[in-house]
Amino acid sequence: MSDTCKFKIDGKEIIAKKGQTILEAAKENGVFIPTLCNFTGVKPKGSCRICSVKINDRFMTSCTTPVAAGMEVESNTEEISDLRKSIIELLFVSGNHFCPSCEKSGNCELQALGYRYQMMVPRFPYSFDKKNVVATGPKLLKDQDRCIKCQRCMKTIKDDEGKRYYAFKNRGRDLEVVMDEEMSKTITDELAKEAMENCPVGSIIYKGVGFSEPIGTRKYDKQPIGSLIETN
Amino acid sequence: MSKKIIATTSLAGCFGCHMSILDIDERILDLVELVEFNKSPIDDIKVFTKQCDIGIIEGGCCNSENIEVLKYFRENCDILISLGECAIMGGLPAMRNGIPIEECLHEAYLDGPTVKLNTQKILPNDSELPMLLNEVYPCHEIVKIDYFLPGCAPRADLIWDALVALITGNEMDLPYEVVKFD
Repeated sequence: MSDTCKFKIDGKEIIAKKGQTILEAAKENGVFIPTLCNFTGVKPKGSCRICSVKINDRFMTSCTTPVAAGMEVESNTEEISDLRKSIIELLFVSGNHFCPSCEKSGNCELQALGYRYQMMVPRFPYSFDKKNVVATGPKLLKDQDRCIKCQRCMKTIKDDEGKRYYAFKNRGRDLEVVMDEEMSKTITDELAKEAMENCPVGSIIYKGVGFSEPIGTRKYDKQPIGSLIETN
Repeated sequence: MSKKIIATTSLAGCFGCHMSILDIDERILDLVELVEFNKSPIDDIKVFTKQCDIGIIEGGCCNSENIEVLKYFRENCDILISLGECAIMGGLPAMRNGIPIEECLHEAYLDGPTVKLNTQKILPNDSELPMLLNEVYPCHEIVKIDYFLPGCAPRADLIWDALVALITGNEMDLPYEVVKFD
C-alpha cells in the first residue's frame, strides 16, 4: 500500500504523506496557509483559527486536520480570506498593537499577515484595554498589550529539565501569559533570544537591543509572509 | 478636467504625515497641475472657502478641538481620507488610553522627571484651551471616513498613488512595499 495520497487545494493537486496534516502537506507543495499559534515541533491545537480551510462546506483548521485521499480543500477563496482577515483585525483591536513603537515591527507575524491580507483599518472598534508590561527580569520583558496568547512561548521555552518558563495566569478575559519570575532571573542568553524569536508578535522582547535592523532590511519589509513557501 | 480641491489638517498628529506628502518630491509639480489646495497648513488657509473634493486627515482625536475640526472637514469635503496610524487607530497619542486623564496631566505638568519650572504647580485649565478627551479616538469612530492609508508615516509613494487614483478615477495598484504600519 502506498504511503502517499493525493488531494486538492483550490483545484491544485497536492501529494501528501499519509498522516500529515493539511497544513504540512500544503507547505511541502508550495501552498501557503497562514498560521499563528502553530509552531514547528509543537503539537498543533488549532486555537487561533487563522489556518481555517473549507472541506465539504465545513470550516476546519488545517493544522489539526489529517489529509485524506481525494478531499477537496478550499483555502484561498474570497470568503476564507475575509474570515482570516477578520481574525487578524480582531487580534489588532483586542490588544494594543502600536506598530510604530514596537521593536518587533517588520519582523512581526501578525503585522505581516495584516500586510498580506491588506488590512487598511480593522472593521471592529478598538478596545484600548490597558494591560501591563512586566520588565522585572534581567533579559526579557513581557508586554501584555501585544500578547495574542498563542502559547508558542509556553510550549517551546523550557529549561534542561523540561520545566516551562511561561504559563497561563487568571481565566476568561483576564487570561494572561506570564513568565516565571524566579526562572526568568537565570534564563540563558540563547534561550532568551529564542523566546523573542518564537513570539509571533512583540510581546516577548529581549532587553538592551531594539530597532537594530533598519527599515527596508527586516523580514517582512520586501517579501510578504509565506512567499518563501510559495517559491519552493 | 477641472482641478480637484484638496484640504488637509493635522489633528493629534506630529505633522509627519504632512512631511510625507511633501516627500513626493518633484511630483509636487504634477500635483499642482491636478489639484488646488484649500484649507490646509501647507497654504495656511484657515477656513474653508468652498466645498472640497478630498479632505486628508492626519492624527486622531485627543481633544474637543480635534472633534470640531474633524466634523468641519466632514461637512466641507466629499471624501475624507485617514492618513497614517494616528488617524486610523489613535497612534502613539493613544498610548495614554487606559491611563486616567488626571494621572497624565500630573505626569506632564507636576511629577514628570523633566518638570522643573512649574513652581506654582499649575495644571492648564484655561477656558480657551480645548478640553482633553477621556481617550484618543481613531477618526472613523467620530465621523465616516472613506479611505485609509496606513503608515507611520505613510510612504510618499502610497500617498501619491492613492491621490492620483482618486483624482483620475483609476483603480489603485498597491505594491507590497508601500503598505506598512510603521
